[in-house]
Amino acid sequence: MVKEIEKTGIPVVHVCTVTPISITVGANRIVPAIAIPYPFGNPAKTSQEEKQIRRKLVETALNALTTPVTEQTIFEVK
Amino acid sequence: MSATKKLRVVHYINQFYAGIGGEEKADHKPEIREGVVGPGVALKAVFGNDAEITHTVICGDGYFNENLETAKKELISMIKGANPDLFVAGPAFNAGRYGVACGTICDLVQKELGIATVSGMYRENPGVDMYKKDVYIIETNNSAVDMKNAAPKMAKLGLKLARKEEIGASIEEGYLPGMSRINFFDYARGSKRAVDMLLKKLAGQPFVTEYPMPDFDRVEPGKPIKDMKKATIALVTSGGIVPKGNPDHIESSSASKYGEYDIKGVNDLTEKTHETAHGGYDPLYANQDSDRVLPVDVLRDLEKEGKIGKLHNLFYTTTGNGTSIKNSREFAAEFAQKLVAAKVDAVILTST
Repeated sequence: MVKEIEKTGIPVVHVCTVTPISITVGANRIVPAIAIPYPFGNPAKTSQEEKQIRRKLVETALNALTTPVTEQTIFEVK
Repeated sequence: MSATKKLRVVHYINQFYAGIGGEEKADHKPEIREGVVGPGVALKAVFGNDAEITHTVICGDGYFNENLETAKKELISMIKGANPDLFVAGPAFNAGRYGVACGTICDLVQKELGIATVSGMYRENPGVDMYKKDVYIIETNNSAVDMKNAAPKMAKLGLKLARKEEIGASIEEGYLPGMSRINFFDYARGSKRAVDMLLKKLAGQPFVTEYPMPDFDRVEPGKPIKDMKKATIALVTSGGIVPKGNPDHIESSSASKYGEYDIKGVNDLTEKTHETAHGGYDPLYANQDSDRVLPVDVLRDLEKEGKIGKLHNLFYTTTGNGTSIKNSREFAAEFAQKLVAAKVDAVILTST
């Protein structure tokens, strides 16, 4: 799906937990997520902390979308 | 090694095939059991007197992929302790995380322990592209029904590898091409084979190419967004997030359709409004709060704060679980045109 969307010229950032699959599939901008059943969360934290974690991940994804890339790139959450 | 010695085999399977449980048990930690478990029975039958599965190593697919380094260490020490002549993983058929785990652990066992390994997968399994150059992977069909076909091929190739016998070409042994090329004598020289193939093609008969064109299926990265404050961002997911009740009945696996849903005025996905239709992972966390898969709440906040232009009012969703590449491609080709028409500037695609 990543490639079909990006073919139209719209940049795509793929946020997923198993990044090697994303590399194999051919995503160009990749952000590693938290876990398979909750990529953007962590049920062990309070809902406030969880939202903070989610926000950081989304901000990393947006940052990836503003960054020029020439090859497949993984953007780690800082 | 004498020809009469019974080879020791260690077999790797996931929590599902071990009968421990489905996705709710995917966090199962590595364990080793003596003897055969689950699909090992089929392998045992074909090994006969040539080899014995002394131990079965079991690990949850979620645990393996989420704790990669720890899982690798734990598993390699268990496998080493069992002292096998051959290591067999799977077959994983079309189970993506299981396939990745099988490939990873086979590769590691070969490199660190110097022990022969073999696995089995469906050709679209992501584990294939990752490991076909390093690990012998028998080609299977996409479901466990194919076990009866896969087990003899895996056992035969495994025995040959453990005994350091000569390995034939992929087409003879049934493994997925990617390993070193093998020279062999064919029934006739190339020119004759080419003409034979052409005649078959002209007659409308089936033929098999000897040199499939490589599939460099890469896409040029999209240009970066210059001004995020003015950008329209759309959300797309393979994690199966749908409005509560799954109104379009998107299948829990092998999806035949995708959904397009309106989130106009929605600031937060809750237990009452949304859930996941995805069958391959534990749905509990996504059902409690779908923002954990599709971060609508945070994007609405960023929209209000002016950090992004706006969040697109429609999101696109399907279940990635066992869904064929062909279907996924068709879904995305269709909704990508809608995204273009809606002047969406960038997409965040989330996967579970």
